[in-house]
Amino acid sequence: MMELYTQTLNELSLGLEHGDFTSVELTQALLARIAAHNEKLNAFVTITSDEALAAAERADDARAKGRAGILNGLPIVHKDIFCTRGIKTSCGSRMLDNFISPYDATVVEKLAAAGAVVLGKANMDEFAMGSSNETSFYGAVKNPWDLSCSPGGSSGGSSAAVAARFTPAATGTDTGGSIRQPAALTGTVGIKPTYGRVSRYGMVAFASSLDQAGVITRTAEDAARLLGVMAGFDERDSTSIDQAVPDYTAEIGKSIKGLRVGIVRQHFDAGLDEQTGVRVKEAIAVLESMGATAIEVNLPNIDLSVPTYYVVAPAECSSNLSRFDGVRFGYRAENPEDLLDLYCRSRGEGFGDEVKRRIMTGAYVLSAGYYDAYYLKAQQVRALIADDFKKAFADVDVIAGPTVPAPAFKLGDKVDDPIQMYLNDIYTIGANLAGLPAISIPCGFVNELPVGLHLVGAHFAEASLLRAAHQYQQQTDFHRACPEGFQ
Amino acid sequence: MSLDKDQVQHIAMLARLKLSDAELVQSVEKLSRIVDFVDQLAAADTDGVVPMAHPLDAAQRLRPDVVTDSNERDRFQQNSAAVADGLYLVPKVIE
Repeated sequence: MMELYTQTLNELSLGLEHGDFTSVELTQALLARIAAHNEKLNAFVTITSDEALAAAERADDARAKGRAGILNGLPIVHKDIFCTRGIKTSCGSRMLDNFISPYDATVVEKLAAAGAVVLGKANMDEFAMGSSNETSFYGAVKNPWDLSCSPGGSSGGSSAAVAARFTPAATGTDTGGSIRQPAALTGTVGIKPTYGRVSRYGMVAFASSLDQAGVITRTAEDAARLLGVMAGFDERDSTSIDQAVPDYTAEIGKSIKGLRVGIVRQHFDAGLDEQTGVRVKEAIAVLESMGATAIEVNLPNIDLSVPTYYVVAPAECSSNLSRFDGVRFGYRAENPEDLLDLYCRSRGEGFGDEVKRRIMTGAYVLSAGYYDAYYLKAQQVRALIADDFKKAFADVDVIAGPTVPAPAFKLGDKVDDPIQMYLNDIYTIGANLAGLPAISIPCGFVNELPVGLHLVGAHFAEASLLRAAHQYQQQTDFHRACPEGFQ
Repeated sequence: MSLDKDQVQHIAMLARLKLSDAELVQSVEKLSRIVDFVDQLAAADTDGVVPMAHPLDAAQRLRPDVVTDSNERDRFQQNSAAVADGLYLVPKVIE
């Protein structure tokens, strides 16, 4: 039998069904693997061994009684941004280092109801603000493909854990690329659904008009299975969209013959590493060989997406993070002189540099006299960018390009230069601004580091993205490559 | 530098963040670069463009005005550093 840790969710599911192994055995095998190798990567904030084994026992019991859910007994890891009842939910911050969530996020609840077994909570950039995982209070996560490189961020613990075969799947969140960029840098699959497709209830808020939950897996097939469970209307999220969830697993089996693939010229400009561009063009050629048609499309305002994002996201973050006051929950400064001192020191000591920077950027662009010039202006440019996408999707089904400008960068390389760090998300941010679904899939290597192909779809076109990704993975085996030292 | 020390100090106060002297110096430099970077938006022609309010043009949903939560004050207050008799404690506000 193939080692359990090498198998995908789909393969493990078949093994459990056939009785080749139990969920308890599977959970024990993965927990042992995490215990043996996590130190190299720092992918976890919390490992929930006891809870996982108890959930696995319940899953085996449910299966014996003929009540197995679609994810019965299958392992998953949650990004530590999702509230998990009774378990620390740190969001990668000192501010929440002592926070035991009193409730479960909807995503956590739905996956548990389907029978999933949670192995632990993944490390991440503090409050999801970062593209390298270096802003985490718990230290940077390392990329399994090269331990001196970043696994991307903010869902870097999730991407590293999936790439290192600690787990076949992990949840993530994506505000500007935080699922897709780490997926690209670790050779995994990462999907960010349409804004409102998956509930944000119980997901610590960063920028509420951009945040969306998704998954990181090794195959599009596994992503389809998980998204089918996670997606759907939730009355507890005021921006959740009430629309039926397609059967993604059935959709991905269909051919991509006739699929119209849009290519944006700016995505292949000077900012793109040449070899990365070559890999992405080869991937588009594979899609064409399977019957897709490549068509050039124009997104005239896409170059403004990064500056637009760095007004909108900090503005919303400064508002969302005002709830951390040192009073009701979270970090509280010692011996405050007065109430103002309690607020200012709890926040000053509880938040890290990047989070403080973004809160201050947000406070600035929202402050009297600057609101129109920055926030309102950015929301106008955002409308232009969204309109460009809308026009493009009249002619094509998906837009294909690179997920990131270059393969994984060294830890420490960009940490002192916020603008360089922000530009790592140049190709992914547009989808968040326009609320569109997007996926990154492995499409080759440059200098033995993975490269990601980025596909963006129209609103609620997750099925098209997953289908293109799944069909591509039927023709290629980049997603099967395992980093050395983790085979 | 597009921002000076006084401006950053003012922003930090608006955001209720206490910064050390070193943090303040660093923030002046880095925030200035961020502001310079986002200033390129000024050149975009947005005459007559309606600012985006929601990526899917959806309206805010309302729910019936009924009680849906139960009182779990004691459980929630376990996450607070200072509570007594069901109240959150803060430094004295009124002399």
